[in-house]
This record gives sequence, structure tokens and C-alpha cells, in this order.
Amino acid sequence: MLKLALAKLPELCALMQKEAELLVPAKNKAGKVDYKAYAEGVEICLNEKTSRSAKDAFFPQVENLLKFKSEGKNLSLEQILPPDHATILFGVKACDARSFKLLDKVFLSNPVDSYYKARRENCLIIGLGCAEPEETCFCATFGIDATNPEADINTWVVGEELYWAPVSEKGKALTEKLSAIFVEADDKAVKEQGEATKNILSMLPLANFKIADKISAKELVTFNSKVWGDLSATCLSCCTCTYVCPTCHCYDIRDYKTDDNTTERFRCWDSCMASDFTKMAHGNPRKTKLERFRQRYMHKLVYFPENNGEYACVGCGRCLEKCPANLNIVKVAKALEVSDDV
Amino acid sequence: MQKINELMQAKAQELLAKGEIKKVLAWKAGEFFYDNAPAAFESEASCSEIIYNEFCPANLSKYLMASSKAGVKTAVFLKPCDTYGVNQLIKDNRVNREMVYAVGTPCSGMVDAKKIKAAGYKTLLKVEVNGDKIIVTTPKGQVELAKKDFLYNKCLMCKGNDYMICDEELAEKLPVPEFTGDRFAEVKAIEAMSSAEKFAFWQEELSKCIRCNACRDICPACNCEQCIFDNPEAPVAGKAYADSVEEQMFHIIRAFHVAGRCVGCGECARVCPQGVKLGLLNMKFMKDINSFFGKFQAGADAETRAPQVTFKEEDPEPNAAVEGGNSNA
Repeated sequence: MLKLALAKLPELCALMQKEAELLVPAKNKAGKVDYKAYAEGVEICLNEKTSRSAKDAFFPQVENLLKFKSEGKNLSLEQILPPDHATILFGVKACDARSFKLLDKVFLSNPVDSYYKARRENCLIIGLGCAEPEETCFCATFGIDATNPEADINTWVVGEELYWAPVSEKGKALTEKLSAIFVEADDKAVKEQGEATKNILSMLPLANFKIADKISAKELVTFNSKVWGDLSATCLSCCTCTYVCPTCHCYDIRDYKTDDNTTERFRCWDSCMASDFTKMAHGNPRKTKLERFRQRYMHKLVYFPENNGEYACVGCGRCLEKCPANLNIVKVAKALEVSDDV
Repeated sequence: MQKINELMQAKAQELLAKGEIKKVLAWKAGEFFYDNAPAAFESEASCSEIIYNEFCPANLSKYLMASSKAGVKTAVFLKPCDTYGVNQLIKDNRVNREMVYAVGTPCSGMVDAKKIKAAGYKTLLKVEVNGDKIIVTTPKGQVELAKKDFLYNKCLMCKGNDYMICDEELAEKLPVPEFTGDRFAEVKAIEAMSSAEKFAFWQEELSKCIRCNACRDICPACNCEQCIFDNPEAPVAGKAYADSVEEQMFHIIRAFHVAGRCVGCGECARVCPQGVKLGLLNMKFMKDINSFFGKFQAGADAETRAPQVTFKEEDPEPNAAVEGGNSNA
């Protein structure tokens, strides 16, 4: 275990920046914290959960794939290759760190997504142990240890110090390069913080929340439950839940015509809440709000576990915080659990 | 509030029992102490689940569109500020007045749990309101805070405790947060900026947007049956764009579209997951409408046509917008 004074954080960031592009959780003018490329003067914020999840680092909301232009009979094409530079993602909480493992199952299985893969492989993840879980948190439901993210290097902020422990080979190599800035430390303070955090976790309203096995046991029974009609009635069909979710991963591919007649083909996050989601030549397979709402939760609670052996949720609590109609995965799972038709 | 909650449950039961009203729109408890959710109640038995307290900020008026279209007579509990939205929906022919039974519901300001969290109480195990105090329980213990410091921004500009549409009042009106400031102070501060400063300000604000469309979907003035931004055939279809300036235009276009119809309910800013100062654009339009056409409040009734769709001889000429607008522009 190593440590350095928090006051030296800008110095540490400057050193890391020499190794790779550095992404840090930073406060914007409105007081919201989101990941941002580090530059001198960026206000790093380590004691809050980011407003958006960390998935942007590997799966940005928008990215161009191709440009093309036709002039007369000529068509010119420009392929936009996946980025190949190294990045460091700093300050990742345990929930978001687990989400990468789930996204890997989607993007790194055949056919492998070369854009995701390039970003993922070039990235070193520095985790940050949770010290202040919120009432909306339920990562323990998915066996996640909030105090110990699954990362290349783990860090903890205790008082005025940043504790640092390399985990993977990649993490050890970076730590070696930065070693001059650290001093050796024992793990007493980190252990104490871990105990305190676990104590808070045990007091949270969702501390004992479990997803009932029966929900995924009989797919068609769950699918046909009357619960979906009641739950979806007040859904506004906005895309908030899907966009802030660290595990939602659907995307669309679209064309955008620029002023000089060039077309940019880009992909962007999509949402099963959107009325044109998966619209095909024959129309939309899910015409009603009920069907679209159901799709999201069936995916998270039934289809994803069926295909990948895990729920597509990490308990980060963002949907609980941000849904304008206060709908969320916990409410859905609880309603399905008590429903007599599931 | 407990008393009003009981009256609300009884009223909902009574209305459903009469038979004409098939659905009641109210609030239902969530997972915590502050996340009461909009909910529809269709049976008398379910009315015992209705909750009403200082954590019911949601304006339920937009849900009337679907029930009105389906021909389901619906009773809705409306706080004073919510009534403006219902009038606007009726004026825009999206809601049939005959399909609505409006129950005026007293409110003395809604408490914003996000503000409590932002003040450093990150883990809210319990939040209770007691008169003008809020008692917050966190793992570190209990603290007592002043309610007035933790009201939703929209409540800080409360328009008063009168109902703009009301078939029946649920209980005696409550005193609302007193607002004596200038509603347009923030707009004026932006008007005073240079063009470059304005551009930088809005770029910072709007670049936070994730195009979730929550602002649009909650807005009583955004009541098109299909939004052009949802039309994949339209060149402006609403998913994120490769060009961020194009993407940011969404908010400006939306503000134009609801100008003269935006009732200033503040729901857009409340639901924004990214904390974009959305109401500000609308406030600019309101301020300009007031200065060009005389004081106008959308949703104050369901009949008066907005100034932009009413021709009067004394209306200002188009160049007034340049001359009489912002001299710093």
C-alpha cells in the first residue's frame, strides 16, 4: 500500500497525463460531476458519484464511424478508425467498475466491437473505494464490494490522503513509473474506512434487496404479467434511465449530412424507451409504451441473465435518483416479486 | 399535510364510488422518504395507497392527455402551480375539459431531496417535515434544517396559492413560499453579457445535455402527439448528433416552440438528470412577451389566445425585437 497527500493530486495527475490521456471525475459549473479529460485547473471531485456513468469511456454517446461524399459519379470514403492511444480512467466506483465486465460480455463477444475493444484495451482503470454510499445504492445485491472496485489500481481517500494499491500487472507497471511521488503506508486507515462503509451499507434501505429468482425462472409468465401495465402507466417514455445506466448498451447508427455535402455516419446511444427503437421496414415491433417499458426490464432481469448468467444491473442507483416519474429497477423487481401472476 | 393526505384518500374513494370518474391521478410512496411517484388509481381499495406530503413535486397534468384521448373521465389532484399546465393542455385541444375533474390541492412548497444531499447529507435514511423544519436522519445522526432552504427552485418562484382551474378545493389553502424577488433576475444577468459570454454560458449549460428528452416529455406545453425529434424520417431526428452544436439547437427550438404556451411550471429543470438550467430559456421568452405585448401568463385560463397568435393593431413591429431587445446583443 502506498499513499500521497491529497494536496499532491494535481502533481500526480500531471505525471499520469504524461503516460496517457487522463479522464477524471470533475465538477462542472452547475455542480454536477462527470468524467472529463484532465487539464490543469480541472476541479477533480472524488467524493461524489458521477451524474452519468463511466460507460462513456468505452462506449461514447456519439462517435463517427465513417465519412462519405459523392460528387458526380465519384464516391469518396473515409473510414474513421478506433482510437489507439492509451487512457487512464481515474476514480471509478465499484458499481461502475463492475459494469465494464457486463459491457464486455456484449461488446467483446462475437462479433467483437472493434471500437469498444480498442478503447477498453488501451485503458487502465483506477478504482476508488466508496466511503459514502447513498440510500439509492444497492451494489451488494450483485455481490459487489463497494470498498474494493474491480480495477487495475485501487485508491481510497481517507482524510487528507490518497491511498494507492496496484492490483493488475498493468497497474503495477504504472505505479512503478509514478513511484517517486508515493510513500509507503500500512493499510490500517483503509481497513477502518472499509469497516465504516460496510456499516453504512448495512443501514441502507436497500441493504437486503434481492431480485426474486422467480422473475427470471419463467420468462413467458413474467412477460405476460399484469404488473407491466400498472408500472408503465406513469412512465414518460423519456430516455433518462437508459442513458444514465452503466449497463444499458443499445445503440443506433445514423447518417448526418454536413454543410459541404459530406455524410457522417455515426453511432449513438439508443433507448428502448424511444418510439422508433428498433424500427424496421415493416414498422416498430413494440408499438406501445407498455411493450417498450417491459423490454427494458425484461432485458435486465430475464434476457441478459439467460444469455450471460448475470443481471444487467450493478445497483448504482442512478435510475432511482433520476427517473422523472420515480420508476426504477427496484420498484419493478419488487412489484414482480409480490405479483400473484409471476 | 397528514390531514390533507387523509382527505385526498377519502376524496379519491368518493369520486370513484360515484362511478362517473374512472381514474384518479395522485401520488404513491416510493422506495425512500422523498420519492413519491405519480400514480393512477382505478379502484376504491387502492386509494389507501395515495400519499401526499412535501415530496410530491410532480405535475400530473401531462398524464391527462392519454386519459382524455381514451375518453376516461379522470380526477386529478392539482397543486396551484400544476393548474396552469392543465389549462394550457385544454387550450391546445390536447385535453377535453369534460374529461377532467380538477381537485385543487393545497401546497406550501415542495422539498427537494437533491438539495439536502448537496448540502452534505448524502445518505438520507429518513426525511421528515415538521412545520417549517426538516428532520434529516443520516448514518451520522439527526439534523434539523429549515424547510425554506431546501425547496425546489420552482417553488422559490411560486405564483401563489390560487387555482387556475378547479372543480373543487380539497382543503383550505395553505400559505405558499413568499416570493418578493425578480423572476427575471437571472435572465437579465445573461442579457447583460456580451455575445461571446452568452455563447460560452449556453455552450457549458447545453453541453451537459444527454438528449434524454425528459424535459420535453414532462412539459405540458410540449404536447405534440409525435414530436418531430422522434421522427426517424426527419433530418432533425432527436438522437445525439455527431455535431454537438446541432444537438444543442434542440433546446432553443423547443423554447421557441413553447413560447407563449410555456406556463413556467419549472418541471423541465426539475426532471433534468444533468441539471441543465432549462427554464431560463423559457423565462427569456416570457420576459420578452411581457415587454412587447403586455403582461401575459400562459395557462392562467383555458381561453385567452397567446399574444403571438393574436393580431392587434398596437402590436410592435418586428424590428422592435432588435431595437427594444437587448442593447448588449
